[in-house]
Amino acid sequence: MTAYLARRVLQALVVLVVVTLIVYALLTRVPGSALGAVLGPHAASGFLPRYFSWLNQVLHGNLGFSLLHNEPVSTLLAASLPRTVALTGTAVLLALIVAIPVGMLQAVNKNKLVDHVLRALTLLCYGTPSFVLGSVLILVFAVKLKWFGGEGPQAPGFVGVITDWRDLTLPVLTLALLTIALFSRYLRSSAIDSLAQDYVRTARAKGAGERRVLRRHVLRNSLLPVVTLIGLTVPQILAGAVVVESIFNFQGMGYQLWYAAENHDFPVVLGFTLVIGVGVVAGSLLADVGYALLDPRVRYAGR
Amino acid sequence: MTARDVESGPGGGPARGSKGRHAGPASGPFLAPARADGAEPAGGTGAPRGRRPSRVARLPGQLRAVISASPLGCLAGLILVGVAVFCFGGPLVYHPDLVHVHLALGNLSPRAGHLLGTDPDGLDELGLLMAGGQISLEVGVAAGVLAAVLGSLWGAVAGYLGGAADAIMMRVVDAGIAIPTLVLLLLVVSVFRPTTWVLMLAIAATSWLGTARLVRAEALTLRTRDYVQAVRAMGGTGSRVVLRHIAPNALGTITVNVSFQIANAILVLATLSFLNLGVQSPGSDWGDMIASGMQEIYNGYWWQIVPAGVAICLVVVAFTMLGDALRDRIGADD
Repeated sequence: MTAYLARRVLQALVVLVVVTLIVYALLTRVPGSALGAVLGPHAASGFLPRYFSWLNQVLHGNLGFSLLHNEPVSTLLAASLPRTVALTGTAVLLALIVAIPVGMLQAVNKNKLVDHVLRALTLLCYGTPSFVLGSVLILVFAVKLKWFGGEGPQAPGFVGVITDWRDLTLPVLTLALLTIALFSRYLRSSAIDSLAQDYVRTARAKGAGERRVLRRHVLRNSLLPVVTLIGLTVPQILAGAVVVESIFNFQGMGYQLWYAAENHDFPVVLGFTLVIGVGVVAGSLLADVGYALLDPRVRYAGR
Repeated sequence: MTARDVESGPGGGPARGSKGRHAGPASGPFLAPARADGAEPAGGTGAPRGRRPSRVARLPGQLRAVISASPLGCLAGLILVGVAVFCFGGPLVYHPDLVHVHLALGNLSPRAGHLLGTDPDGLDELGLLMAGGQISLEVGVAAGVLAAVLGSLWGAVAGYLGGAADAIMMRVVDAGIAIPTLVLLLLVVSVFRPTTWVLMLAIAATSWLGTARLVRAEALTLRTRDYVQAVRAMGGTGSRVVLRHIAPNALGTITVNVSFQIANAILVLATLSFLNLGVQSPGSDWGDMIASGMQEIYNGYWWQIVPAGVAICLVVVAFTMLGDALRDRIGADD
């Protein structure tokens, strides 16, 4: 187990180093001396020495200085990261609450009408781009019905976002529908796998009711991949956040990244790219480690 | 993209590609004429074929066989052909003025003469839908195919070489996947002015990573096969093994992946255009149309958003369904 963890962490570190190299290489290419601003006037010369002094600055929290906002990238990050966490966290939670029962329902009624209808619906959500979904939701619920706001919450901070439920509903719904589509395909097949296991047959044989079998045996065991699923879908969810935040004028990381890209504010684009890269690597590490911790079979096999 | 890749990945069937090549829906019909030319067909399989008089008469039967084998795949194919005819054939019969701005005709709701209404500049939405579809389809298909080719080569080489080279090449892929495609693309198009060519290359250059993983997994099993060993023993070079033996045998996996890659490329292009970082004016694709519709959204001008949105969904879902159907065909072999 320890050896497996050590190997996995080491691998993640290597990937992280390559991510920083990619961002650094791009940083040396962009106009406007974004790198020079981080390194200062007395920086070393040469690719690698400059890389290490840049890495040193980054590890000390210096991601550069935004040309557009006239403030450090880290300040901008501190303001927008909690907002994005609030948005994506709520969306993932909602997605799980919907996708788990839907996956179970599909597995129990495999290849029946319910299954086909739900599959078609999730495929539709999967194929619908987030910006189309978002604009249609605005059109229906904000413009026609006037139930919810068409703009995301504007109050600052994590608490400011999650308390403004009226404005939060549509952005979260957009992101959640996208995430449900990502999740339900896996949850369906994972529940189908669980249903075919020996322990399910044993549970039925000893006279457990269908409800008990589903809740105690199938559900519990098909929840395992959820950890992996969340960890591995971090990139899609973050990419979705870029679009959703720009539609709903919600000043989180995705919005700032888009705004910076549109206005050629390279220090912000690269700084945020780096942070997102770290988030994704952490997500996939969490997925593997979490799975190993939860599932004894993986734990012992990895020894 | 990762989700789609994992789904169609090694779980979907590593090492099936070699058999998959001969397992397409058309394999029966293709074999039939060759036998009919030769001597009297022998055995049980030959008997039903002997009764059929000509290829033309057999066609409906074949069609029915293909349709019943994968109804969704056929539906997807029909949708795609329909959309292509609409986008490329439509402008031949329907040519509204898409050049001159008529502010007096702006934001008209659907009516005779403007079946899908007009945009804020008074341009006909139906005409824009056709013209925009051309850009979406051209760039999407080109970028998707290019991404699949790039990824296949990278993965095949990494899987064939193995060892340290494989480790380094795959860590590069891991790092690339750690940065979401859209984020990488935002970076690229903020540095370079996004012309159609830049967009195509940029989308391909940022989305080949998933394919590389898939094909590498396939190449790892293929390179231990006897025929690869035989080529090596006869003095075949590494590039010959990769290009002539590993890549063609991974063709099943690659074909499925091309379909998913195209769906993804169309989606990504539309997203970029929606964010004002894709196709630049005066050119406009489906994403651009929705972006300009968003400016008037609080007036409830649904016709500026819904048709382009439906078009994107239709094409993306159709390519995804096609990929699924292809995978089922190839996976069903064993």
